[in-house]
Amino acid sequence: MSQPFRIEKGGRIDRAASLSFTFDGERLSGHAGDTLASALLANGIHLVGRSFKYHRPRGILTAGSEEPNALVGICRKGDQTPNLRATQVEVYEGLETVSQNRFPSRGFDVGAVNDLLSPLFPAGFYYKTFMWPKAFWDRVYEPVIRAAAGLGNPPKNPDHDTYGNLYAHCDVLVIGSGPAGLAAALAAADSGARVILCDEQAEFGGSLLTETAATIDGTAPAQWVADTLEKLSANGNVTLLPRTTAFGYFAQNFVALAQRITDHVSEPDPRLPRERLWQVRAREVVIAAGAIERPMVFPENDRPGIMLAEAGRTYLNRYGVKVGHNVLVATACDTAWQAAFDLADHGVTIAAIADVRENPPEALQSIAKARGIRVEKGCVVTGTTGRKRISAALLGRLRGNGVAAAGEVACDALLMSGGWTPTVSLYSQSRGKVVWNESLGTFVPGQSVQNERSAGACLGIYGLNAALEDGYAAGENAAKAAIGRSGTVSRAQAHGADAGEGGILGALPHDRDPSKVKAFVDYQNDVTAKDVKLAVREGMHSIEHIKRYTTTGMATDQGRLSNLNALDIASKALDKPVTDVGLTTFRQPYTPTTFGIFANISRGDFFDPVRKTPSHDFVAGQDAAFEDVGQWKRAWYLPKDGEDMHQAVARECETVRKSAGLFDASTLGKIEVVGPDAAEFLERMYTNPWKKLAPGRCRYGLLLNDAGFIIDDGVVGRLAEDRFHVTTTTGGAAHVFATMEDYLQTEWPDLDVWITSITEQYAVCAVQGPKARDIIAPFVEGIDLSADAFPHMSVGSGTFCGVPCRLFRISFTGELGFEVNVPRRHGKMVWDKLAKAVAEQEGVIYGTETMHVLRADKGYIIVGQETDGTVTPDDVGMNWAIGKNKADFVGKRGLARPDLVAGGRKQLVGLLTKDPKVVLEEGAQVTKLANPPAGTPAEGHVTSAYHSPAMGRSIALALVKDGRRLTGETLNIPMPNGAIPVEVVEPFFYDKEGARLNG
Amino acid sequence: MADILTSELYSADSSQAPLLVLPDVTIMPAAPAARVSLRCRETGLALAAKAFGTPIPQTPLTAETAANRAAFWLGPDEWMLVAPESQLAAILSDLETHLDAVPHSVVDISHRQDAVLVSGPRAGWLLNTGVPIDLHESAFAVGTVTRTLFHKTPIMLWRTGPDSFVVEAWGSFMDYVTGLLVQSAEELKAA
Repeated sequence: MSQPFRIEKGGRIDRAASLSFTFDGERLSGHAGDTLASALLANGIHLVGRSFKYHRPRGILTAGSEEPNALVGICRKGDQTPNLRATQVEVYEGLETVSQNRFPSRGFDVGAVNDLLSPLFPAGFYYKTFMWPKAFWDRVYEPVIRAAAGLGNPPKNPDHDTYGNLYAHCDVLVIGSGPAGLAAALAAADSGARVILCDEQAEFGGSLLTETAATIDGTAPAQWVADTLEKLSANGNVTLLPRTTAFGYFAQNFVALAQRITDHVSEPDPRLPRERLWQVRAREVVIAAGAIERPMVFPENDRPGIMLAEAGRTYLNRYGVKVGHNVLVATACDTAWQAAFDLADHGVTIAAIADVRENPPEALQSIAKARGIRVEKGCVVTGTTGRKRISAALLGRLRGNGVAAAGEVACDALLMSGGWTPTVSLYSQSRGKVVWNESLGTFVPGQSVQNERSAGACLGIYGLNAALEDGYAAGENAAKAAIGRSGTVSRAQAHGADAGEGGILGALPHDRDPSKVKAFVDYQNDVTAKDVKLAVREGMHSIEHIKRYTTTGMATDQGRLSNLNALDIASKALDKPVTDVGLTTFRQPYTPTTFGIFANISRGDFFDPVRKTPSHDFVAGQDAAFEDVGQWKRAWYLPKDGEDMHQAVARECETVRKSAGLFDASTLGKIEVVGPDAAEFLERMYTNPWKKLAPGRCRYGLLLNDAGFIIDDGVVGRLAEDRFHVTTTTGGAAHVFATMEDYLQTEWPDLDVWITSITEQYAVCAVQGPKARDIIAPFVEGIDLSADAFPHMSVGSGTFCGVPCRLFRISFTGELGFEVNVPRRHGKMVWDKLAKAVAEQEGVIYGTETMHVLRADKGYIIVGQETDGTVTPDDVGMNWAIGKNKADFVGKRGLARPDLVAGGRKQLVGLLTKDPKVVLEEGAQVTKLANPPAGTPAEGHVTSAYHSPAMGRSIALALVKDGRRLTGETLNIPMPNGAIPVEVVEPFFYDKEGARLNG
Repeated sequence: MADILTSELYSADSSQAPLLVLPDVTIMPAAPAARVSLRCRETGLALAAKAFGTPIPQTPLTAETAANRAAFWLGPDEWMLVAPESQLAAILSDLETHLDAVPHSVVDISHRQDAVLVSGPRAGWLLNTGVPIDLHESAFAVGTVTRTLFHKTPIMLWRTGPDSFVVEAWGSFMDYVTGLLVQSAEELKAA
């Protein structure tokens, strides 16, 4: 359980809290405050996995979320979360982790044969290798590629965690809590602004937690962090969010944050969500995302033990871990020298500092000299050795255009620094365009497109004091822009940790055989400098093409580590300046984000609202099968005594026609149209005439869109001169209401009429069948129900069971029918009473399926079943519903379009199968021939098909080309088992004279 | 003041169990009330005010209250009037009488929506798990009323106190609203 690479003291880990965890089954120990990466390093473990394509042994390259190599699986609650970055995984007691992409073990991996076969897998090999023979694709190539692709194993079980959501608003959102971010938060908060400060790491402070070679206002940087956080937490207007990644910057300063709540906890309270999605709308945003160090592209730069210099320094100063005992530092800039000095001060042997530059600063050289560190100037690494960990590096001295071998240096770790790259991802997501900064040799944010500003290192402002200064200014400016005032926070002064000079891009020169060595540009996707050059040779000249051909920059860091090196290699190969080659776009999410946080609460019962009718519990208690109609749950059919659906529906149909049936029609859309211009408004909306409809009477209304196609229908009752009760289809309710409101607000604002949704004001019980009147009569007061006083298509107001009621005499079954509208909360009471009364008359409760069959008997259309958005009133034989003398209505001009008046349109017909027992399939095609040649267009399709108990046979409705002219002819319905012959008939089957519904 | 008024207008329904009782937040179903949708042009405002007994608010997001009365601004020509359930018929007829001479629409929507009372120090936080608008008191002061969304469902939200809100939703959406509120409050039980 010893941690041989842990230094005696120092670092921010809690040495008192020793934690036990496993990696590939090996039990190891770490401390509270460790990441998995720092704990593995403390145990001397650098080899953590195998690379994607070549299965090369890989170690930990970074100390941050950009980590490309150290991707691990976390085992928890019987499942595994793959591809988590070991640099972000916090160690807790009992943490179980596994390496990935290795078989049988990370030490011995048969896939490593790919490394030897690598000449077969150049960039673009997918496009070249798997082209022939064609038949091999399905049987060989794709299965093999699929088996080989990917790194970890996806989880197998449904997600057992919950995820929270919170909408938040602030004046200033500060992203990143390094020196610039903390200073910005202080300055913004001091103005009284509402501030949210988030950071992807477990602790606030960013680089300040690593910095030991500087002071802020005379104290250690980490102490200044603690003092600053104390001030911020004492301010009620500040929300502090550690472990929270700003992963998406969207329009209008809408920023999405992913807060990790339980992943770092050993035994989390099951009531806590695993993560929370913060949907933040910020008046102003300060991006203080910092900069990350660039790897150097030299041959074999990917061995375990090779790491970025600042990462090595972070593991030492923040986590108390030495990355090796004998460390070589290879650099092109000043900052890596400090890593060497810090390590040397903790007793680590520095094998050498190899600086690409001929003349590194004298000051640094003298510090190195004082510590007895060997310095090699104008020197590059040209290769490394060591199988599962670096054991030595080859040095080469730059000589004009070439490199001369300069010997081998033994080492167990190599820290490298090619310079710094500002993290412009979020700026780029905000739609800002980066600009090239020649003196820094990198891209930096340009003009702001949204209300944001970058501050500190992500803007290319390096050096501790400069970053603080810039952060304060950004915070003040952001507050001023957001709330019109800024505070007077006293600005801390830093000494030390200056910006430093230097940096290099692209592949470093070497004296090795270029065809034999691999110098990695994108570690995660195994893209080498050679691959980028090959892509250019093969004609990829745009960086976007190079990216897709080689996959460079397509790793989970989106190229934050690799883009600039790849760009430089491409620009040299193309002999064009980098600015002409361009940079690929950074997209959301900033780092990989769980599916769970996106699905969030939209799971199970809350995937979408589930709307239930007043009869729901009653029919559920009768074992009703339910059908989803939009968001509504509607009773579909109610089987009794082991009936199947067919038997239940047949019984329900027969009983309604014989005695009576009760049906919950509450879901139908209802709109109260009120005002002096109510009739005029309906006249304009619907095809039908309304002005002469007398109060107390109803009319069937047909609604078209501008193109002349049917979009909805329903019965409209006139309650008074200026008041109509409009019904719509269940699924069309919201759309019809919105369409009406749209016309009122934009086309006819002069009309004195208003619409109000009353869908949920009324529960609706439909009582249909010859005994319907007998059933409802005892409950009704104030309405004369006699056929003369209250004929078919009447509406009246009275009371029902003592509660206010709007009673409609209407029928969608062809039987005598009433629809009882009562205020919703009385719906259950009324339903229960009616259910009892219906039962006493040997009636039945029926569902939507029976409703469909009964209306098909009558040839009544269902919008969305007989119509599909391309069907006109004439197509379904409903020209009678069009007011011929009306000046205008929605769709009138559409109906005059040439293609709508031309012959050959599909028309609604009835179909009777020659075999009355055969029920057609809805959606089946209709053809003239029984066996039409392939490619023959269909004449139409079946829209509805049922067994009709009333007719004692199957019936169907269909839309068929010139269908009305084909009455009496035989057509065919080709099916897999042979064509079904059908006779074309008129589209109504039962009680054509309407004697029953007028009863 | 708003708190006192709503205690008469929106009171917990004693016939129903509380939906959530935690130290920092409670959710109680509200008793039924009379709700009327009033639509008219400017010509009707004074008449409606006289009939209903409160001014008809003309500032967006505001409410006017009087004893047993609340009038909510919901749109440029749309208001919801709330009163005790027993006064519905009288209110409808008063409005019709007073507004007779001007174009208007008065529609009973008493049963269209239900209300719940969400209160406690974490009430605003809990609502913001599904309400996308800013509920900070500086942005959504006591007395503010608005239509908005709770996740996928339209709601009406009225702040009756620093820590108390009335949430109204159409009847069939209320299970979704309260179900998600209760689920989202689960984490408040954690230590």
